[in-house]
Amino acid sequence: MIEVQNLYFGYGEASCLFADFSFTVEKGEAWTVIGPSGCGKTTLLYLIAGLNKPTGGEIRINSEKITRPRPSTGLVLQDHGLLPWATVLDNTRLGLKIRKFYGPDGKHSPADMQMDEKKNKERIDYWLNWLGIGRLQNMYPAQLSRGQRQRAAIARTLVLEPDLLLMDEPFSALDAPIREELQKVMFQFHQQSKMTSLIVTHDIEEAVVLGEKILVLDNCCNRFPKIVPNDLSGAVGKRSDPDFIMKCSQIRELLAVCANSPPLKEH
Amino acid sequence: MKKKATFLSTLSGTIMFFGLWQLAALAVNRPILPSPVVVVPLFLNNMTAELGLHFLASFTRVLAAIFVATVFAAPLGLALGQMPRIDSIASPLIAIIYPIPKIIFLPVIYVVIGISDFSKVMLIAIIIFFQILVVVRDEASNLKKELILSVKSLGAGRRALFRYVYLPASLPGVLTALRVSVGTAVAVLFIAEQSLTTWGLGYYIVIETYQVLMYPEMYTGIMGMGLLGMLLYFAIYAIELKVSKHMYVE
Ligand SMILES: Nc1ncnc2c1ncn2[C@@H]1O[C@H](COP(=O)(O)OP(=O)(O)OP(=O)(O)O)[C@@H](O)[C@H]1O
Ligand SMILES: [Mg+2]
Repeated sequence: MIEVQNLYFGYGEASCLFADFSFTVEKGEAWTVIGPSGCGKTTLLYLIAGLNKPTGGEIRINSEKITRPRPSTGLVLQDHGLLPWATVLDNTRLGLKIRKFYGPDGKHSPADMQMDEKKNKERIDYWLNWLGIGRLQNMYPAQLSRGQRQRAAIARTLVLEPDLLLMDEPFSALDAPIREELQKVMFQFHQQSKMTSLIVTHDIEEAVVLGEKILVLDNCCNRFPKIVPNDLSGAVGKRSDPDFIMKCSQIRELLAVCANSPPLKEH
Repeated sequence: MKKKATFLSTLSGTIMFFGLWQLAALAVNRPILPSPVVVVPLFLNNMTAELGLHFLASFTRVLAAIFVATVFAAPLGLALGQMPRIDSIASPLIAIIYPIPKIIFLPVIYVVIGISDFSKVMLIAIIIFFQILVVVRDEASNLKKELILSVKSLGAGRRALFRYVYLPASLPGVLTALRVSVGTAVAVLFIAEQSLTTWGLGYYIVIETYQVLMYPEMYTGIMGMGLLGMLLYFAIYAIELKVSKHMYVE
């Protein structure tokens, strides 16, 4: 689904975030990306979303080279993503409005897009209710809690029926109970939809709860992807199990070292 | 957040205004301050005649100035707000020009673009221009990068970004800037219309009535100018309430 091939990227000449970096995400997989602050997690997400351009190498999604945002990639950013002057309903409708604005041009919206107002309305209602904010439709973002805002941002993306979901630290501004609740929600969502997803986090437990595979980045110019397969995803309630704790410390160790040499193959 | 002016508060304000005027007229009891009982019917009568045309001339000039100023200032403000490097070059200049009372440029404008309606409109436009420019620039630079990026990721190109982000983000600011600068605009118009034209309320008040001591008529002109400022103020305010609903939620 996503092929990152020999990716090079840095902001300006001197900076190096990725060099000859390659990895592949298969269709239907749920990945998490973890790493210390400033290691390039957000940058990687923007690259995959088509918001940044690689300085070398390329990123392909469904074999198509990414040069600009792709209509069926959904992106959810931490906070700030909602229009403050629009209600939850209007925010949720925004993507659909933009699609209608351009028509099915294959560039800003899927070429095979169908605009059925009634179906759209049903989909909006469905996702708002599924995310538990159906009754907040007429509220403005400033009137919502952070968790509710994040749900609205997720609804806005899911309404567009993406085939790939990218999220940048979607739950990091939330306090623990709400964060765990939303992790549960997103895990359920993945189980039901089998949508390919990539979630950036700086929280080790969250990486383990949400990722079937965990990509660990580090601060010294990422060359060799450190990928940890994880069969514990979804273990929302098992944070104190020995397996879970083991997995977390494995990742903690990986975070501590710079991968300047190719990692040992883990198969 | 913000406080709404209600219909009732406006009504009671109007009643008090005319009440005080009447009291003052009774107290002064000289032709220089006629009573509203004389002026208001005369005003209503004259508005359908020549005064109406003077009113229309002034009204058109202000509207044209608002239009010109908005058309130039809003895009420029957006551009500056989104391009911090250019803004850092331009902003010291803007900061210097912004507080200068633009009326002092009146003779310069007359010399440079000639004595015409156009130059009067330009003078007012310049005043409003800077108000809008500064507000729109600040609104645009306050837009979070994440907001722009997430809307882009929903498929928005330049045009949709303008339509769904920049326009709604700057509209409330533009309206507020217009509303607060409309008073100054009318004041400057009053001065600009006193010379080199034969139409407009400024001309009517000073040349046609004041200088020939037609006091009740002069007051109809003053009422017209007051009404002009008030109409514009409340019209903009009404649009503002519609557009910036999210600022008035509890
Ligand atoms: N627009 C930019 N221009 C220049 N440098 C940038 C830009 N955006 C990010 N950087 C730099 O690139 C590096 C990686 O940034 P990035 O935002 O990808 O980190 P991150 O892993 O998401 O960190 P965090 O966990 O703090 O969000 C940082 O050192 C940052 O300072
Ligand atoms: Mg980040």
